[in-house]
Amino acid sequence: MKQLATIAAMCLLLPLRLIAGEGGIILQSTTSTQNSGLYEYLLPLLEQDTGLRVKVVAVGTGQALKNARNCDGDVLLVHAREAEEAFVANEYGLKRHDVMYNDFVLIGPASDPARVRGAGSATEALRRIAAARVPFVSRGDDSGTHRKEISLWKTAGLDPAAGRESWYRETGSGMGATLNIAAGMGAYTLTDRATWISFGNKAGLEILHEGDPALFNQYGVIAVNPARCPGMNTKGAQTFITWLLSPRGQKAIAAYRLNGQQLFFPNAKGKTAKGE
Amino acid sequence: MLDGQIIEIVALSLRVSVFAVILAALIGVPLGALLAVGRFPGRNLATMTINALMGLPPVVVGLGLYLLLSRSGPLGILQLLYTPTAMIIAQMILVTPIIASFSQQVLSDLHAEYDEMLRAMKATRLQVMGTLIRDARHALVTAFLAGLGRALSEIGAVMIVGGNINHATRVMTTAIALETSKGNLRLAVSLGLILLGLAFVINIALVVLRTRLERQAHA
Repeated sequence: MKQLATIAAMCLLLPLRLIAGEGGIILQSTTSTQNSGLYEYLLPLLEQDTGLRVKVVAVGTGQALKNARNCDGDVLLVHAREAEEAFVANEYGLKRHDVMYNDFVLIGPASDPARVRGAGSATEALRRIAAARVPFVSRGDDSGTHRKEISLWKTAGLDPAAGRESWYRETGSGMGATLNIAAGMGAYTLTDRATWISFGNKAGLEILHEGDPALFNQYGVIAVNPARCPGMNTKGAQTFITWLLSPRGQKAIAAYRLNGQQLFFPNAKGKTAKGE
Repeated sequence: MLDGQIIEIVALSLRVSVFAVILAALIGVPLGALLAVGRFPGRNLATMTINALMGLPPVVVGLGLYLLLSRSGPLGILQLLYTPTAMIIAQMILVTPIIASFSQQVLSDLHAEYDEMLRAMKATRLQVMGTLIRDARHALVTAFLAGLGRALSEIGAVMIVGGNINHATRVMTTAIALETSKGNLRLAVSLGLILLGLAFVINIALVVLRTRLERQAHA
């Protein structure tokens, strides 16, 4: 029996040993940055320059912030500015930096039953969807995209989530899963452009509204506060942030392309750097 | 996704699930034997509890384990969250009731058969349990297979405690979910077929092994 217990203990500890002691950092981030392939492009460059290994946990912005509050990550890269500022104000994080931006787009069936094409603004487009009562799928998961969508409905003076409208469906899932549902139902939805460009199952959906300044999508980076979370790899987190905000990191973000399109536009320190 | 990456993912799936099943067997089989042979108050309740735990939702296990292993949780100091070890623990929790319940059934039947003989030999409880487990070992392989099937196909728990981290905790099921969410449905289906094929190969291998062992035992 003693032998068995020893074997059991060894089985448990062996994988732990393999993973521990690597000195990398855990990045709590969003599905949009992961699904678009950005990290697979950026992280090898970062590792080349700094030797830092980054493990990415990709969840919705809301969950990423909660995980970071529980000290389950060294650094955050998300897109919900107000929530990020609250995170710093409550001393869960050190300092928030702008990293890059892109925009949200409204997609829907090419036949466009709600006649969203040609709407003067994003809120006008949403009003048309509500008036036509055509299916709209919402993330419903407290992600950055969900927060943006809610604020747009608010601006439009509508609250479909509260009204339990049958045309308004909350998926409670990530962007990709929600796009699959929209494709399956022929529904409208709001998505960030990077996820949309990299999405492989477009199935008759296309961009119907874009370009409204209200659809701006800013990404920020924050190191988790070591005073609240002892044992954090703060040095690693700072290395990550410094590299990301450096001219080299910013150039790398701008250079990442998918199907010939630039997905993220670096704007550290408020400066906008376009193209290469 | 490159071939090398698929091999890495399949290897981690196997490593995590096999470890989990070994640990679950080390706990589940003796537990099943105890319930089959032992006569103690609360035995029926314990049996029912274990049977009910077979239906434990993986997401609940994942969430509970997350709260325990989180840096701000009671076991946070171990730094196990987002490691294969956390995934092994989660799957072990899910597989143990299956193996325990199945073992209890098999060993109860065998116990009824052997009862008189064991009594005549004046065997102690521990000896009885040992004899039953030894003689039922071929039948118990089926329990291990059922457990391995549960572990390999499970996603809810490993997604939460593993985090689906590339090159660290990404396994077959979480990779399939990721590719589905990217809209790469063809790749997702291919990965699903690999998982299915893997389960098939493992089953064939163990059936062949069992038949051989049985033949040896009867020869």
